[in-house]
Amino acid sequence: MTQLSYRAAFSLIVKRDLMIAFRHRDDIINPLLFFIIVVTLFPLGVGPESTTLSRIAPGIIWVAALLSTLLSLDRLFKSDHADGSLEQMLLSPHPVFILVLAKIVAHWLLTGLPLILIAPLLAVLLHLHESSYGALMLTLLLGTPVLSLLGAIGVALTVGIKKGGVLLSLLVLPLYIPVLIFATSAIDTAAMNLPYNGQLAIIAAIFFASLTLAPFAVSAALKVSTN
Amino acid sequence: MPENNIVTTKPNSLLSASNLTCIREERLLFETLDINIAAGDIVQVEGPNGAGKTSLLRILAGLSQPYDGTVYFQDENISQQRENFHQNLLYLGHLPGVKDEMTAQENLEFNLALHGLNSESAESTLAEVNLLGFEDALASHLSAGQHRRIALARLWQSQAKIWILDEPFTAIDKLGVEKLEQLFLQHADNGGCVVLTTHQDLSLPATRVKKVTLAYRFY
Repeated sequence: MTQLSYRAAFSLIVKRDLMIAFRHRDDIINPLLFFIIVVTLFPLGVGPESTTLSRIAPGIIWVAALLSTLLSLDRLFKSDHADGSLEQMLLSPHPVFILVLAKIVAHWLLTGLPLILIAPLLAVLLHLHESSYGALMLTLLLGTPVLSLLGAIGVALTVGIKKGGVLLSLLVLPLYIPVLIFATSAIDTAAMNLPYNGQLAIIAAIFFASLTLAPFAVSAALKVSTN
Repeated sequence: MPENNIVTTKPNSLLSASNLTCIREERLLFETLDINIAAGDIVQVEGPNGAGKTSLLRILAGLSQPYDGTVYFQDENISQQRENFHQNLLYLGHLPGVKDEMTAQENLEFNLALHGLNSESAESTLAEVNLLGFEDALASHLSAGQHRRIALARLWQSQAKIWILDEPFTAIDKLGVEKLEQLFLQHADNGGCVVLTTHQDLSLPATRVKKVTLAYRFY
């Protein structure tokens, strides 16, 4: 028996998830479209005045990113659970940690990364303060993986429930709030040309804590859900 | 109560369970069930719908936790040796685990690679389950029986000793069933064991098939 190395198992799952997503493009486009629509609707609703918009821009971008991630979370384990491939993954000889981490990374590549790429364009629409762009990109870069990691715990817990949508939001949104607070605070601080290292350090700490701990929580939750 | 618990005296027990009790939805499915499966055994779990056949198989595979009791692989608790046990286990449940978005060949290649098997032979393995010509067809365009065949194709490559198969013949045609039964026999002769549920009568010689009967309990 040729035993797969951890890295090979990891890339096997990532490749598979990316392939499935690219053949089922709705899954990639929907959350991104939602993000763009929400952000572009705000100037229409609030009015085009640049001082108001630039004041609320960080909040709008981050709240939209948060909600669009929430919208895409279902895809993480739902379909695999429905067709039985999740069981097969849990029964494979690889540590569940590796498989779960691979699925979360694939999810971030498909939802977090496009958000980061499109965010500067939308920031222009909202008259985001010039000096805030660096902070916006850095907080998104550190913060969106946290959204995928923490969201995965919620999905893993609710995957066995037929209509877990509301429960998922209730479980996950409170966990997202610290990221939201520190990210928007970092962007606001940057707009005042003040150092925002502190907020960034806290988001980074949340990122590393969830990167190392969330896959364990997800593995345990999946075992309960498939019981 | 199970009418005939299998307690073989063979020393080389592959998979055994002692004192299994399973409760689902506040209903007792079976209690203090002892099972001992040795290399070369083909075990058919029988019983009416809702008697707990699937639950028993899932417990044996380590997917579900029993209310009470322990499952052993080669006389060691399966929860103590997850990776070793999983390398020797092939479980196919009700759901075939086939992704609609991938082709038949990609599905099989992924399944083989995930379980540490050589995925280059996927094409020739598909021929074994009569799916030649469908390699590049998306699974969403294939029938339920063909989905099951994709999942079952792994049996031809598997080096796992323990096969746990939940209703493997669902949606499979007569010829396919015959071929599978021969494969089970061959697997058992090579020192493996097969645990399966089916409502069909197996055409294998009665001396080779051991039966575990679960009764439906009304309390």
